Amino acid sequence: MLTELWNDAEGGFHPASAPDFLPKTALVQVQLRRLRAVVSLAYDNVALFRARMEERGLTPDSIQRLDDIQQLPFTVKADLRDTYPFGLFATPMSDVVRLHASSGTTGKPIVVAYTREDVGVWSEVMARTLACCGLHRGDILQNAFGYGLFTGGLGAHYGAEALGATVVPISGGNSDRQIMLIRDFGVSALCCTPSYFTYLIERAAELGVDLRALPLRAGIFGAEPWTDGMRDHIEAAAGIKAYDIYGLSEIIGPGVASECSAQEGLHIFEDHFYPEIIDPETGEALPDGEEGELVLTTLSKKAMPMIRYRTRDITSLISEPCECGRTIRRMRRIGRRSDDMFIIRGVNVFPSQVEAALLAVEGTLPHYQIILTRDQGLDQMTVEVEVTPEVFSDKIRALEDVRARLAKAIEHILGIRVGLRLVEPRSIARSEGKAKRVIDRR
Amino acid sequence: MKLQQLSLFLENRPGRLGAPLEAIAKEGINILTLSLADTAQFGILRLIVREWDKAKQVLEDAGWVVNLTEVVAVDVLDRPGGLADALAVLEGAGLNIEYMYAFSVRRDDKAILIFRFEDPDRAIQVLVEKGLHVVDGDELLSVVSG
Repeated sequence: MLTELWNDAEGGFHPASAPDFLPKTALVQVQLRRLRAVVSLAYDNVALFRARMEERGLTPDSIQRLDDIQQLPFTVKADLRDTYPFGLFATPMSDVVRLHASSGTTGKPIVVAYTREDVGVWSEVMARTLACCGLHRGDILQNAFGYGLFTGGLGAHYGAEALGATVVPISGGNSDRQIMLIRDFGVSALCCTPSYFTYLIERAAELGVDLRALPLRAGIFGAEPWTDGMRDHIEAAAGIKAYDIYGLSEIIGPGVASECSAQEGLHIFEDHFYPEIIDPETGEALPDGEEGELVLTTLSKKAMPMIRYRTRDITSLISEPCECGRTIRRMRRIGRRSDDMFIIRGVNVFPSQVEAALLAVEGTLPHYQIILTRDQGLDQMTVEVEVTPEVFSDKIRALEDVRARLAKAIEHILGIRVGLRLVEPRSIARSEGKAKRVIDRR
Repeated sequence: MKLQQLSLFLENRPGRLGAPLEAIAKEGINILTLSLADTAQFGILRLIVREWDKAKQVLEDAGWVVNLTEVVAVDVLDRPGGLADALAVLEGAGLNIEYMYAFSVRRDDKAILIFRFEDPDRAIQVLVEKGLHVVDGDELLSVVSG
């Protein structure tokens, strides 16, 4: 038995983690029972779901086996925007105890709702997430996810309290204070976006604080895709284990899936969130192991059930047993989102590919940004990379050489010509939440 | 004998040179000399100041990446051939110059040459042996500020 399963400082297996170890047959029974209930709830209370099911001649009784889910219509992000703000709620507002919303960078935000029971489920899956990352009572978790309309802050907060850990609810930003508290409180775990944590590493070095010498041992990172290279950098520079967690507001917020000590894929809490992989072009369901778009159905959400929600995230499901002993399936780390992707001169490009090239040349990931422009009808891609003390030299030739090597590494991976511009440190806007890597000016 | 030169990375666009100079001026730090090397995209500002450690701190706190390099200052008579003579000595000794810049000082009819050598220690040894005058920090300060 791995010590990871023993999450309570008083020497017990944390009861919240029990569903992670359900035998497959028991799990399927729970999933089917909950699926039938959630489809009924949505059919009875949400006009959009009802209309779409009727179009297909379906009723809640059409769901007899788990595979019957494949007959159900998809839900997409546009549905949330079209029904803004409350059109997809399945319960009256008197049962809703919480609203969250996306930042809404383009047009209307999307709004999500929780009943008291939903908040309970969310706390449970976030407690399971943190337990999966090896946290237990007695741990001090600094929660640097933003508190507010964004689901990250409050989701992690409730989960940590449910687990019995000590929460430091610092929220995002104020990096100098973040570092001071990590040191002064003896913080053992921290959660935030991976890009913000790389900034904290940078800032701690400037302040002369060696994170590796502090009790900090686990980083719980989510809300944006990040690469294995970035993980290696974070783990080495901060002396911690860096765990990837996954979630999205439309489904519940953080708490949909989490890595365990094996760091070989993320366990999906599939007793609450039923995963499918589909071919993003045809919508056909794909078997476990094949790569495609992740589609999630909330099995127990009351205020705002989501049926077959298309996440735009590209991954595959792993049904083989995990060395940690959990029986719930895993998904591979999300390297790319289908909406992060951009097409330039007919080539599909993911920011993670650019990231891999920059890492290969510099050893650590510099701050960068991809600028897309159109010049006389031709798409141009320019990567702006901040100069770091490691690569800066007083000699022009040395800098030209760095610039050329970076450009060549990116061109090698993408197979297209790119512009590469070295820019001044801190000239690319920092984000306390999700990093904005691509600026499309076409 | 060696001088500390600060180098800064600047983007090559209007207004970028002023900001670091203002930052150190605000701290009352006087620039003894500077040079600017540039390409179409970026430039490197090289500065020699009296309180280089304080200037470095000020610039780094303001967010610039600052590189510290040891350079060598030599003074020669400000007359035709003054620089050529000094270069001949260096060339004869096989010393590799990464880059150099120069400025003249009216009062003493001297020109000060700043060299970035691959091996500054050996360069100083050669310069002194050949009878050239290597200027140290205090001297440079007194020459420049009179």
